[in-house]
Amino acid sequence: MATGVAAWLPFARAAAIGWMPVANCPMPIAPRDNSKKQDELIILNVSGRRFQTWRTTLDRYPDTLLGSSEKDFFYNEETKEYFFDRDPDAFRSILNFYRTGKLHYPRHECISAYDEELTFFGIIPEIIGDCCYEEYKDRKRENLERLQDDQEENMDLKMPNMNFRETMWRAFENPHTSTMALVFYYVTGFFIAVSVITNVVETVPCGATANQKDMPCGERYTVAFFCMDTACVMIFTVEYLLRLFAAPSRYRFMRSVMSIIDVVAILPYYIGLVMTNNEDVSGAFVTLRVFRVFRIFKFSRHSQGLRILGYTLKSCASELGFLLFSLTMAIIIFATVMFYAEKGSSSSKFTSIPASFWYTIVTMTTLGYGDMVPKTIAGKIFGSICSLSGVLVIALPVPVIVSNFSRIYHQNQRADKRRAQKKARLARIRIAKTGSANAFLQSKRNGLLNDLLELTGTEEDEQKPTQKSISLLESQHHHLLHCLEKTTAHEFVDELIYEQNCLETALQTYPSRSPSVSSHDSSTRTCCSRKRKRNVPLPNTSLHTTHSTHQGPLQELSAIRIQCGDPLSHTASRSNLNLKTDESSRINCKSGRITTAIISLPTPPALTPDGDGLHGPPQRRPPQPPSHPPPLSIQTTTSSAGANIVKVSAL
Amino acid sequence: IQICKDAFHVSPCSFSSPDSVEDELELSAVRHRPEGLEQLEAQTRFSRKELQILYRGFKNECPSGVVNEDTFKDIYAQFFPQGDASTYAHFLFNAFDTDHNGSVSFEDFVMGLSILLRGTVQEKLNWAFNLYDINKDGYITKEEMLDIMKAIYDMMGKCTYPVLKEETPRQHVEVFFQKMDKNKDGVVTIDEFIDCCQNDENIMRSMHLFENVL
Repeated sequence: MATGVAAWLPFARAAAIGWMPVANCPMPIAPRDNSKKQDELIILNVSGRRFQTWRTTLDRYPDTLLGSSEKDFFYNEETKEYFFDRDPDAFRSILNFYRTGKLHYPRHECISAYDEELTFFGIIPEIIGDCCYEEYKDRKRENLERLQDDQEENMDLKMPNMNFRETMWRAFENPHTSTMALVFYYVTGFFIAVSVITNVVETVPCGATANQKDMPCGERYTVAFFCMDTACVMIFTVEYLLRLFAAPSRYRFMRSVMSIIDVVAILPYYIGLVMTNNEDVSGAFVTLRVFRVFRIFKFSRHSQGLRILGYTLKSCASELGFLLFSLTMAIIIFATVMFYAEKGSSSSKFTSIPASFWYTIVTMTTLGYGDMVPKTIAGKIFGSICSLSGVLVIALPVPVIVSNFSRIYHQNQRADKRRAQKKARLARIRIAKTGSANAFLQSKRNGLLNDLLELTGTEEDEQKPTQKSISLLESQHHHLLHCLEKTTAHEFVDELIYEQNCLETALQTYPSRSPSVSSHDSSTRTCCSRKRKRNVPLPNTSLHTTHSTHQGPLQELSAIRIQCGDPLSHTASRSNLNLKTDESSRINCKSGRITTAIISLPTPPALTPDGDGLHGPPQRRPPQPPSHPPPLSIQTTTSSAGANIVKVSAL
Repeated sequence: IQICKDAFHVSPCSFSSPDSVEDELELSAVRHRPEGLEQLEAQTRFSRKELQILYRGFKNECPSGVVNEDTFKDIYAQFFPQGDASTYAHFLFNAFDTDHNGSVSFEDFVMGLSILLRGTVQEKLNWAFNLYDINKDGYITKEEMLDIMKAIYDMMGKCTYPVLKEETPRQHVEVFFQKMDKNKDGVVTIDEFIDCCQNDENIMRSMHLFENVL
């Protein structure tokens, strides 16, 4: 429960009067507010600046420094104030948190200083309000990255005991780490450049001598070029193999883009080696040489810019696709039109629609080679329309794509951020909700346990479960939830138990099932049902409880047995408590278990003992029962059927 | 009740009368200042100090001085994390909003609380009857009761023990009517209600439960 609305708890409790007339079960006793002291002003002296606030304001958050007794450590007896030697500016937002329930992050504050203050005062930063949360997280991440960068640089100097493989991998990835790596980096770069230049120069016609016609250099100096090529390929192969060896995850390395480029760069050479003898496929061999140009992409390891460009294109793919699609549409339309327009003229170059594609493209991109021109008037008209629209179709999407890309890129980043934060937010809210619900269930258990222990006057004191002292606020809130349980005659349980119950009900049909089923049958009755839905012949003989059919004394406090020892032994005797064993195992008893207690009153003989105490109203011994008859310390419900069964649920 | 409307109201489409600029600028934020402490002290059964504490808490949550239904539902929902408290909060809101103007001011709030916490049993029962009587016609019909009951059960949420069934609220209503409707005419009047509640020990006892709340 957000303690910011603690002020409304009295209202919510008062409104619970609305449930009273419809409730069939008696309500639990309200917790008493023993602290009758008046609300007082507290002075907080933070480095000389005095803040004042009510004590109850600070008490709203009992798990922080100011809300708990931890602040007593800072109490100054002479001046009767709490002195903190901290930054008063940052303290403002912390105190505002208590006042308004929202924690804000002041933007001018340094993030690490603010974090420190929060930690000092015991406030978790996750509760920063929506308005400031994004800013806070961004700054925190920046700071973290800055620290990380520093750390990485430091790290490079350290780590002496990496094995050879890891050193090599690090050398490959960060050339700045060692001289060898730098040398290697430059050498490979040089050879990539050499290889590319070689490929280019190969085709230049050089030195036409008198008796030979112009030949590309590649054919004149075949051997030289071949040696150069071999050298480059050998270097590249060695590099690839070394990288493959050093990679921490070879499979992942082989799938990465850079390694594919590497492979494509060197493969043609080997294929060429294998295939030189075969004349038929020499054509294909020539084509393969084209792939040598991909060596240029190896430069992207050396250039950050290339990598960014590649990533850009990848992320902008849909926009580019759309551009392509619209262009294609326009081309087809205009090519068709031009073809039919020029069909009439003789010696027209527009022999078919695909042939007109070339004209359309050249015109639309405003290139206008002039190798194909329309001759008819209609053709010229449509041709001009084509070129005009070309300007529109091409020139417009390009800036849109560029701006789109930039927008989408930033948007993606922000959307990812927001999504990640939203998940965390929702998780927080959910945790807070379940936390408060669980707190209630936990306190219920503790309360019941304590009452039972009180009731039996247990000898085994050390088995009292450790109970967190819950604040008055919490106990009042729990009392409210308790009243709701009483009104509806149903109990709050947590998800686990609920699912178990669902399973159990599903299996109800099998009578061979353990007694827990039958207990569940009977448990479909509400605690104070008037009509007995069924008299379940419970095989509860193993229960060491006296049956209520014995018209014994007014109150029979039957066995509340604190079983020590083996928890597994409970299955037989605590047939009806199977459903709650999970919870019970979480109780902090060292080795104790508590079984059911049936406190029964004179009942009509028709009633069979109903050993399940899972949902009986927990009867606490009221501290001062003003209206209860003294011997009867247990409240009863009188139903019209006259069935007075008061059960104490035990865990 | 002094309602000081600040003189600015922003209307979305300002194509109408161009000369009434002031009207257009009238801000719809209503600031509400409650009556003085003495008057409230006289009208309710709270002491001065208690009124101060109540008002501080009230104004903390609603700085504008009035609660509208959504805020009310939010606040009430925070007390019942496992279920859905909005329907019941709606009925509660209508019970507190005695002048039916769509918002609960501090006076309404404190009057209601005064009845609930410091009133006589008769007054409390009256208040409860008023809560159940959704259309405020003086009779509680089965449908009204069913709505209320469903709203209460909604607050329990899903994870309950025993598992909540569809007909549980209806059965509960039947039980209630059996008890309350003496002349079996299908409605419960205020007299039947008060009579029956006064004869029921449990209910009487629970009426005193929250007296020490403040």
